[in-house]
Amino acid sequence: MVTRREVIDDLRRQIERLGGAPGARKSLPFGVSVLDRHLPGKGLTLGSLHEVIEEGPASEFAGTATFFTAGIAARLKGPVLWCLTRRDLFAPGLMQVGLHPDRVIYAETCRDADVLLLIEEGLHQKGLGAVIGEVSRLGLTASRRLQVAAEASGVPALVIRRWWTVAERDLTQLPTAASTRWRVLPVPSEVVPAGGLKRGRWQVELVRCRGAEPRSWILEACDAQGRLALPANLADRQDQAQIR
Amino acid sequence: MTVIKQGSRRLIASACPTAQRVGLIEGMAVAKAQAMVPDLHIIDSDPEGENASLRQLAEWAIRFSPVVAPNPPDGIWIDIAGVEHLFGGEEALLKKLIDRVENNGIHARAAIADVPGAAWAVARFGKGGIIPSGRAVDAVSTLPVQALRLSPETVSAMHRLGVERVGQLAAMPRAPMVRRFGHETSLRLDQALGHAFELITPIIPDEAVIASRAFAEPIGRLEDLQLVVRRLSDELCQTLEKRGEGVRRLDLIFRRVDQKGASLRVGTAKASRDHVHLAKLFDEKIETVDPGFGIEEIVLIANHTEALVEKQTVAKGIEAEDESVDLSQLVDRLTARIGEDRVYRLAPVHSLVPERMTRKISPLAPLSGSTWPENLERPTRLLDPPESIMTTALLPDHPPVSFIWRRIRYKVTKADGPERITSEWWLGDEQKMIRDYYRLETAEGSRFWIFRDAPMTEGGRWWMHGFFA
Repeated sequence: MVTRREVIDDLRRQIERLGGAPGARKSLPFGVSVLDRHLPGKGLTLGSLHEVIEEGPASEFAGTATFFTAGIAARLKGPVLWCLTRRDLFAPGLMQVGLHPDRVIYAETCRDADVLLLIEEGLHQKGLGAVIGEVSRLGLTASRRLQVAAEASGVPALVIRRWWTVAERDLTQLPTAASTRWRVLPVPSEVVPAGGLKRGRWQVELVRCRGAEPRSWILEACDAQGRLALPANLADRQDQAQIR
Repeated sequence: MTVIKQGSRRLIASACPTAQRVGLIEGMAVAKAQAMVPDLHIIDSDPEGENASLRQLAEWAIRFSPVVAPNPPDGIWIDIAGVEHLFGGEEALLKKLIDRVENNGIHARAAIADVPGAAWAVARFGKGGIIPSGRAVDAVSTLPVQALRLSPETVSAMHRLGVERVGQLAAMPRAPMVRRFGHETSLRLDQALGHAFELITPIIPDEAVIASRAFAEPIGRLEDLQLVVRRLSDELCQTLEKRGEGVRRLDLIFRRVDQKGASLRVGTAKASRDHVHLAKLFDEKIETVDPGFGIEEIVLIANHTEALVEKQTVAKGIEAEDESVDLSQLVDRLTARIGEDRVYRLAPVHSLVPERMTRKISPLAPLSGSTWPENLERPTRLLDPPESIMTTALLPDHPPVSFIWRRIRYKVTKADGPERITSEWWLGDEQKMIRDYYRLETAEGSRFWIFRDAPMTEGGRWWMHGFFA
């Protein structure tokens, strides 16, 4: 007697095979159980394209998105290629999420089309930890190319969507072939009675994900090892216990 | 001053700038010069020696472009088409070239133009520098007719007729001009104005490793070109293997049916003789080569090589244990696309002034392990230059309770600071600089890095400098 669960599992495997994805794709857990349980590979699949978009008042500078992305890269092993289009990145800031300067190679260009080529070039190199790119225009074809390149080498591509004009910001809403799209938004952090600033707090939203529903979480910002965490005063809330 | 013998007369062949200043010019009789300056330092000119050293200089100039040719008696052609971006543009290339030559004690003038003839004229008779594309005619027409590389007899004939400037010559009806001054004049005029093509035959250093292929039938398809480049690269690497060397700089020269040439150059971060990798570096650039009516010959030149020792990594019973990734090939591919100075790592510098905290180093520089001081709360994005903001603070030395940046008011709910950063007198900072940095969190949760450039009592102003989130 085949149970319903087995049938579903079998169908899942078939679909995975059709999608050209290798059966046991490696993934990087976030270390936050609610997040990892929700994602199809129990974490962020390596060897695929992920988009990070920032919301909020200063979102054109993508300060939060940079922390979020660098935090993911910091927890991966191996050198990281960072493809830049602007010169506003401040490298000492990356050390706070554990991305050591020895690990990052920067490639700088001023054109969007070139950045995509650089990212792709990086994705062909096996053994890289991750390739991070700052892109404002990412079409379906271009993102598909990156996705295929990432699948072939197993190097994750993390794309920070940057924008300068309102028209460019609207472009970030268009669909791409990325396997996940994240939207991060800074939210007020916990009040400290003595004054001063504690760890930041973000609303991390999974806007699009192959094989999972969109969902959003309130999380504590990356720590010195690049790990996210569930806020202490939210972790014990009743509705969290009921999830899955 | 050097002297050349012409029959029984001894004439000045060339004179140093000091000699030129006292009125000694080329072609003057030595006896007359000695009458003007009695203690003249005279050397017999040695045309062969000069040509040899000119060739040496040309070989040295190959570091700037694959297509370099000596232009006796006193010039060098450098075809910079397609290589200027490696040096940060034409201006930077020209400056670097002149600086390097003058450091070697050679007085040089250089010009960049669309056509060799115009560059020749402007370097010798004009101000030198860069002639914008399409402006060769304007630049050349005001120059004297000597700038056309004509024989002294032709020039003196022109002077007798009152033709002093190139522009005058160009305005003359062509047929009578050719009858009077010869075809040579017409050709030189066209070459200077960019109407006639002029071939630069590149020199190839004697010690360079070469692989070349000439075709019975000219080829032009992209796939064919790529295939030939792969084969040439394979051949070249076999030669290199015998010599125990690897390539650092590789030039690819195309000769077209119509005698025009094109050239490509790639560099590698580490000596390499991996023929697949080397051929791949050209893949993107070959698309930019215009084959015209077909390409007759392709030459691949390794003009900068280094000793390369093979290392055994895999063998029976030995596993490759070294897990570190060899990034040199990736760096080569990136460099071939965007240029050398745009691929880098940022090394920490021990300074607290934000603008000074990083230093660009080579992407393959040895890992230092050093980093910035720990627990330094710094933003990920800097605003350069900082933008002025309007603030409201309750007490003079407190962080602001609200601020206006880019015409939007933000309410500050939490703040941390101040952290004072001052100018570093030990690095020779002239101006006194004080910055009190605060980290702010607004009511929406965004975090900003702002500073005040002086204590409040001294009328300090507030600036937005960075973004945490």
